[in-house]
Amino acid sequence: MRDIACKLLVIGAGPGGYVAAIRAGQLGLDCVLVEAHALGGTCLTVGCIPSKALIHAAGEFHTLSEAAAGASPLGISATSPAIDLARTVAWKDDLVARLDRGVAGLLKSAGVKTVRGWARIRDGKSVVVEGETGEQVIRAEAVLIATGSRPAPLAALPFGGAVLSSSEALALTRVPASLAVVGGGYIGLELGTAFAKLGARVTVVEAAERVLPHLDGALVAPVTARLAMLGVEVLCGAEAVGHAGDTLEVSQAGARRDIAAERVLLTVGRHPAVEGWGLESLDLDRDGPFIKTDAQCRTSMRGVYAVGDVTAGPMLAHRAMAEGEMVAEIVAGERREWDRVAIPAICFTDPEVVTVGLSPEEAAALPHAVTTASFLFAANGRAMASGRDDGFVRVVARADNHLLLGLQAVGENVSELAAAFTLALEMGSRLEDIAATIHAHPTRGEALHEATLAALGRGLHL
Amino acid sequence: MGEHVIKLPDAGEGVAEAELVEWHVAVGTLVAEDQLVATVMTDKAAVEIYAPVAGEVLWQGGEIGDTVAVGAPLLRLAVAGEGNVDEAESEADVVVAREPPPPSSTPPSPAPAPPGPPRAEGERPLAAPSVRRRAREGGVDLRQVRGTGPAGRIGHEDLDAWFAGTATPAAASGRVADTSIEEVKLVGLRRRIAERMSLANARIPHITYVEDVDMSALEKLRGLLNAERHEGQPRLTILPFLMRAMVRAIRAQPEMNARFDDEAGIVHRHGGVHIGIATQTPAGLVVPVVRHVEALDLWATAGELARLTGLARDGLAGREELTGSTITITSLGALGGLVTTPVINHPEVAIVGVNKLRVAPRWDGRDFVPAEMMNLSSSFDHRIVDGMDAARFVQAIKRGLEHPAALFMED
Repeated sequence: MRDIACKLLVIGAGPGGYVAAIRAGQLGLDCVLVEAHALGGTCLTVGCIPSKALIHAAGEFHTLSEAAAGASPLGISATSPAIDLARTVAWKDDLVARLDRGVAGLLKSAGVKTVRGWARIRDGKSVVVEGETGEQVIRAEAVLIATGSRPAPLAALPFGGAVLSSSEALALTRVPASLAVVGGGYIGLELGTAFAKLGARVTVVEAAERVLPHLDGALVAPVTARLAMLGVEVLCGAEAVGHAGDTLEVSQAGARRDIAAERVLLTVGRHPAVEGWGLESLDLDRDGPFIKTDAQCRTSMRGVYAVGDVTAGPMLAHRAMAEGEMVAEIVAGERREWDRVAIPAICFTDPEVVTVGLSPEEAAALPHAVTTASFLFAANGRAMASGRDDGFVRVVARADNHLLLGLQAVGENVSELAAAFTLALEMGSRLEDIAATIHAHPTRGEALHEATLAALGRGLHL
Repeated sequence: MGEHVIKLPDAGEGVAEAELVEWHVAVGTLVAEDQLVATVMTDKAAVEIYAPVAGEVLWQGGEIGDTVAVGAPLLRLAVAGEGNVDEAESEADVVVAREPPPPSSTPPSPAPAPPGPPRAEGERPLAAPSVRRRAREGGVDLRQVRGTGPAGRIGHEDLDAWFAGTATPAAASGRVADTSIEEVKLVGLRRRIAERMSLANARIPHITYVEDVDMSALEKLRGLLNAERHEGQPRLTILPFLMRAMVRAIRAQPEMNARFDDEAGIVHRHGGVHIGIATQTPAGLVVPVVRHVEALDLWATAGELARLTGLARDGLAGREELTGSTITITSLGALGGLVTTPVINHPEVAIVGVNKLRVAPRWDGRDFVPAEMMNLSSSFDHRIVDGMDAARFVQAIKRGLEHPAALFMED
């Protein structure tokens, strides 16, 4: 096969890679994108999107189940709802396939050449792609590494058999009778909650003192309360020792305990995908296991960039997308540097949690005095009318000039508040800016307005 | 009690108005007879106004910087006795030609910026994403930009100000940006200089010609003459020699010794060589004139030069000493630099600039030898003087200076 030469070669078609490729194409750069699996990467095929599909289906089923149990305060009743998880998964797969085609179309219309196969780096300027039709050499002036991440393994629970990663859990066609979730981070809780709603008996095993250990206790409390309502058992300070038959052995506070676990979902984190494609030959500087990059996503080798989960930082699709867009513009000769104030992070648990900027604890470490205020959804009309008034919105601001430092919320559907929160921080808003903005009634967004009013000492509805 | 009006006196031929440059009294001051009350600046010279009678100042005829017509009342004094005016007249002949307010060339005073760096050390500049992008693309480090928005937020208007150059760059920590602007009104001699320089530069297409001169022989002669000078004779500088060389060169090229009335289209070539000497004084640049240099010998030239520049420096040169030059010399002495581009003393057509004397290697045909070299930077009115004529003129001066004996040959 003849060699391909291009301006920008992108390895990995996840959110970071495909966005970089589309932007490069828009900017008129000759761009080649290499991907071994489906377009869209973890996010689109085994992450964000399919998990949201499963969470949605589980929520719908759970609502009907509650109605059937006569537990609906809305007066709705139902008789013996059932779910055919195989059809649910087929629906999810169709959704993923549509999105995959959508990405392919976007790449094509941007003029990006997509090469399917497994890339192996030869040097900083060329890769070999092992595809179905043989080996293809691609040379490029700039290379973008966007290989993403993989589920982290645990020695005591090797993947395979009944031990599933999140990817496999999203492909289950039958609801297991019992599921042990090892790792109480957001991925484990999102999927664990979904399976609990689908009828599995779920136990969460977390080594830290509480689930969602990266969040503060106030934000996590509504989530653990809901887990308890859903019958999910949470074991904190616990370690999985091994799995045999339908039983997971757990060590907690020096005591051994057996947990019913037809399946084990292992979600103890994700590792950057830095192996198996010749990265070693480049000898790039590392930041722990990650590829080390600077504020322009440049690695230690000239002309080689890296974005997304393979680099240090929050493993979030939107971070990778923003970085990919920036790298394409840098390669096109534009002046860019990472200067984002905030990267929103969302847990699609029940209720959802959204955090942007600094938490009260993080803000307390600053040399400035800090003001914090919250507004409970219990006093928000829309939350009450939707039957879910748990949770709150919280603002963190500087006491001297009222500059917003952080915004957090926990509650049903609060993920949609991420847009307002992030915009507020990115624009450099003060409490007064939010307070003087009309927030539509009746919406959950009013809680943001009221929280800033409370921080200014003039709350109206509390 | 009567009232005495002091009017602006006629300061000399052709002077119709004068600029008030200093009040030595204020309303209410008790003035003694012969007390200095005001200083006005005519075309060339400062004129001091004294009170002819004693009295109390009732009224002042203008502010510093105002132009007052000759004969207009300058000061009203309440005096014992009759005075020199009755009430009706005193109101009538107040003629003060007040200057229009200064045009918008005065920069608008920006909102007072707090001194010091734009924000505390380590704090990130606050700006919306579009502002950040525009700054990056414009090569601006936002840490240096002061934000005028709430909480010090940097807006597009702050960036506009930065790009327009009206924002003050913030120095690194420790150094404080000084954002003060002092308004200095141009009055008196400074304004006169400004007007004349603008006039000369706007009206006259200058051509400047620079040539080097070997001053070794002249310096030897000058040293000898200075060593042997009599009691009372002035110490000789280079200028008297240069003035003699110019007189000789003008004899061959009389068009250089002229005043050009460009509105009438007439060049007045003068027989007498009246050389203006651009002189730095504490108040600014003035040009006293050595008259009829063609009729003076070297020592007399040096004597006049010393007398006139001394008067000018002391502020005592009058209108007669400061007008009527037909060609000018400009010299900054030890600070003369290598090359200057002198501005012609309008309406003359030539000015000769003297640069600093320095020892430099000179090729004598076989070797480099140390020579005392000096540049002459001379400007000419290109409307009257062609480049070739300018070059010939300077070369003639050069020959005179390099062969100083020729300066003293009878023609």
